[in-house]
Amino acid sequence: MDSETLEQVASADISVENRHYKVIGSRPIRHDGPDKVTGRALFGADIRMNGLLYGKVLRSPHAHARIISIDVSRALALTGVKAVVTNADLPTLESVVSRVGEGSINWRYLSSNLLAGEKVLYHGHAIAAVSAVNPHVAEQAASLIDVEYEILSPVITVDQAMRPDASILLDELRTNELGARGSTPTNIASHDQFQRGDLDQGFSAASVIVEREFTTSTVHQGYIEPHNATAIWGTDGQITVWTSTQGGHDARRQIAEVLQLPVSRIKVIPMEIGGGFGGKIGIYLEPVAALLSLKSGNRPVQMTMSRFDVLAATGPTSGSVIRVKMGAAQDGQITAAQVSLAYAAGAYPGSPVGSAMSVILNPYRIANVQVDGYDVVTNTPRAAAYRAPGGTNAAFAAESVVDELANKLGIDPIDMRLINGIKEGDRRVDGPISRRVGYIETLERARSSPHYLSALSSPSSATCKVGRGVGSGWWGNWPGGTSSVSVVVNNDGTVNLIEGSTDIGGSRVAMAMMLAETLGIQASDIKPMVVDTDSVGYNDVTAGSRTTYSTGIAVHKAGLKIIHEMCERAAQLWNVDPGTIDYADGVLTSGTNHIGFKELARKIGDGDGNVVASVSISPNGEGVALATHIVDVEVDMETGKVQILRYTAIQDVGTAIHPAYVEGQLQGGVAQGIGWALNEEYVYDAQGHLLNGSLLDYRIPTALDLPMIETVLVEVPNTTHPFGVRGVGEVPIVPPAGAVANAIANATGLRMTILPMSPRHMLEAMWAQAK
Amino acid sequence: MQAFEYIPATTVNEAIAILHQQGDQARLISGGTDLIVQLREGRRKPKIVVDIKRIPEVNQLSYNLIDGLTIGAAVPCYKLYGSAVIKETYPGLIDAASLIGGVQIQGRATLGGNLCNASPAADSIPALIAHNAIAVVAGMNGERHIPVQDFCTSPGRTQLEPDEMLVSIQVPAPRAHSYGAYLRFTPRNEMDIAVVGVGVWVALDDTRVVITAARIALGAVGPTPLFVNEAGASLVGQPIGSQAIEKAALIAQLAAKPITDMRGSAEQRRHLVAVLTRRALDSAIARASA
Ligand SMILES: Cc1cc2nc3c(=O)[nH]c(=O)nc-3n(C[C@H](O)[C@H](O)[C@H](O)COP(=O)(O)OP(=O)(O)OC[C@H]3O[C@@H](n4cnc5c(N)ncnc54)[C@H](O)[C@@H]3O)c2cc1C
Repeated sequence: MDSETLEQVASADISVENRHYKVIGSRPIRHDGPDKVTGRALFGADIRMNGLLYGKVLRSPHAHARIISIDVSRALALTGVKAVVTNADLPTLESVVSRVGEGSINWRYLSSNLLAGEKVLYHGHAIAAVSAVNPHVAEQAASLIDVEYEILSPVITVDQAMRPDASILLDELRTNELGARGSTPTNIASHDQFQRGDLDQGFSAASVIVEREFTTSTVHQGYIEPHNATAIWGTDGQITVWTSTQGGHDARRQIAEVLQLPVSRIKVIPMEIGGGFGGKIGIYLEPVAALLSLKSGNRPVQMTMSRFDVLAATGPTSGSVIRVKMGAAQDGQITAAQVSLAYAAGAYPGSPVGSAMSVILNPYRIANVQVDGYDVVTNTPRAAAYRAPGGTNAAFAAESVVDELANKLGIDPIDMRLINGIKEGDRRVDGPISRRVGYIETLERARSSPHYLSALSSPSSATCKVGRGVGSGWWGNWPGGTSSVSVVVNNDGTVNLIEGSTDIGGSRVAMAMMLAETLGIQASDIKPMVVDTDSVGYNDVTAGSRTTYSTGIAVHKAGLKIIHEMCERAAQLWNVDPGTIDYADGVLTSGTNHIGFKELARKIGDGDGNVVASVSISPNGEGVALATHIVDVEVDMETGKVQILRYTAIQDVGTAIHPAYVEGQLQGGVAQGIGWALNEEYVYDAQGHLLNGSLLDYRIPTALDLPMIETVLVEVPNTTHPFGVRGVGEVPIVPPAGAVANAIANATGLRMTILPMSPRHMLEAMWAQAK
Repeated sequence: MQAFEYIPATTVNEAIAILHQQGDQARLISGGTDLIVQLREGRRKPKIVVDIKRIPEVNQLSYNLIDGLTIGAAVPCYKLYGSAVIKETYPGLIDAASLIGGVQIQGRATLGGNLCNASPAADSIPALIAHNAIAVVAGMNGERHIPVQDFCTSPGRTQLEPDEMLVSIQVPAPRAHSYGAYLRFTPRNEMDIAVVGVGVWVALDDTRVVITAARIALGAVGPTPLFVNEAGASLVGQPIGSQAIEKAALIAQLAAKPITDMRGSAEQRRHLVAVLTRRALDSAIARASA
């Protein structure tokens, strides 16, 4: 095969409809499975080494205060204590904003989030850290650090923060008002807008208009593994960090920026990761552990967070206030929509309001729209990405209003969405022209699903009511970023696949399957491995539903390079022109000569130079994802408790590489979305103390709160990926809160405008309605 | 967590002697499902932890028609529902014992620990009060009996002196046609703390039409579990039916002194007291009339 044919193969592969695959679509055992189920898999907190010290963090007991002084002398005097670090040990940084992961970060703010500078901005904000011979001594020492505060009044919600007389978090902050810098101190970091058509005209063409305001609580990703980092600052100045991260290279870059060191001085070893959902993109402990190591005679230092630390100081995504006004004509056409979203960014600017502005109306074709978004700082932890950042609350608001319009017009909720749903060639509310997407297909499959065709079950008791709701969701995905892989053919015919995309959702097996499909061999003959940042080219984070898409393209390309090289080797063997060789299903043929992949690999052995390939790419495709969900609920009218009876998630998944893990992504997204819908919320007192910083009182759904979640995979291949992949991991969390709200409205007539729709909020809504 | 010394006691006297010497520096451990969490979070900092699980008296679990049920202070929940006769005779206690935590927690957690931990939201205490249970307590000066309804004095505090320990809980033998029930409300279906808990016990006459005795106790609506004598008393002599039940529920509701916290609001709790009292009474009466 010559390079020209190679290119043709590559582009020919992009016509993906109706392809028959051998490996893709099957369900092999994942390569990391046995280690995970036997407990052998190594997570960051499993690291043990000679001379290991333990670090603990002192955290702020106040939501908002100026630090007057920090006295570490009592801590340092304690036997067993090695070092203390504070913000004074970090370099002073310029205020520079860079892209990190899917979002952006101001390095100065990242640094003062690691260890507070002049001010603490939320309950749990890190102030100082201690290293000691064991965790107990470190903990005791942290409590011996004396901090003097000037306590300031906190702002917890966006409403409080946006008041003209609100207490100001960041003295230097000015509103970025549609690109222009404001002149007065504020908590509103930015105001963005997009607008099209004529709102007045659109609303006057409507025969029904619904206008509502929605409030949603701060919620956490709820990954089971707490953050951890182990670091050695070597005597040679080289830093090695073992950590739980969604991207080794991104972690390296952040560590380098806050310590003002070149990236070559830092090696990050990403360990197995017990969940991230966006919350393990930003760093928290890594540079602190490194500095402690430096100050502790270069001994390794390990830091692990408690559950309280995780809830109080990492993660959460924005609480929000969202206003939606939408009008529709008698035939169901949405004629106009006006939306405003205010998202709490936490202590520093950077809420996901930008993506929320797209999510909120993008499933629909609407000619007259205005969307306003506000990014607002509050005395809560700095918001981090959380699975389809900003999407769940946005869709809760929009999907509730679409449902209400449908009800008012007497149109079935699925028909309402079919009338307005976005198709190829339509202009999206956020601007671009839509490519081929499978939204209409999800709606049609929803309408013909056994779930939608079935009757509602009868209530389990006289005090209960049952109802059904539908909700849709759009998510942009991030079909870009850089992915780098290396492939090595071993002399026994197996293949090492070396990648840097940390595996959170089973991506190793998906990568192995795509390489196996490309090479025409078995997935079990591929050995996929995620390596440290020194051992592979740059990889952007595993986030934004990008990994199977982008790294998948890199893997495919590397596979094609391997085929090319194998053809060269066979040509040498047979003394023929490489162009005469045909490669299919793992067999090379030229005339009467033929040889299998494995046999050729054995023949090549190690003596003649290995067959290897490295690829680094930065695709710029597209691959938005859409989903429609159906849910049945039962509401106990006396207690306000909502029980999920049945749930079906229908999603355009492009091509399901490993269907079991795609189904798992859908089910996981729904489970988390139901958490948003029913019980998850940060509870603060008036002084801004987090009251429910434990998994006992921060109520993530348990197995008993969820039914078996049914999934329907609609495969509309993405034309920008060789195997038709689109990201699948995020969009399933977008529809649930809206779908559940619609089911509650269907059961009770009650239109919930607050998340979570907890028993308490349900009762309060019922009482308000009864008044 | 602060380092501590661990002493497994083998007799009641040995345990009491350590408590007597060490005062509040020592803490007993039964299942440890409250204590270990408190130690790890630094909420308690004893120097000595005395394990009582090797003491024979606190491991007894016995039932007969005359003395009723004796639950040693270290008997884990799973043993209660593992006994067919206890399950049949005291379903109201089983309601509570099978709610605490989950299967794993119930393998360790004890009713004794639940009582001595004295959480206002403890699940077994309203059920024990409804069943008129007595705490058998040992100290330097011998044994004394404290009705469970008087045992807790404020959140985390009990009538126990620093050198006293709970040995067992005595539950009276059941009268004819009498049964209990315990219900709690939680937003999640497991792994949650009661927003409100209601324990009830009712006895019916031989015709199973008239209520002859009743006791009602509430959890999570006051600084301690609350025994609401008037609510039970209002049922005595009444024929079973919604009118009497509504009235008892209303009295219970008025007796509740709930607060607003991260687990629920005061209004929500007051409302739930009535709902759960009704439902618990329905359940106990159904059991007693069967
Ligand atoms: C995950 C989880 C879920 C839980 N869910 C629930 C729930 O749903 N409902 C609920 O009510 N509780 C719950 N709990 C709390 C706890 O499990 C119960 O209170 C349990 O009954 C305590 O029993 P224990 O034997 O483990 O007590 P321990 O922890 O051993 O002791 C509790 C306290 O009592 C003292 N003590 C123990 N024995 C004696 C004695 N003989 N004399 C004097 N003092 C004594 C101890 O010093 C300690 O202060 C939960 C706990 C966990 C960890």
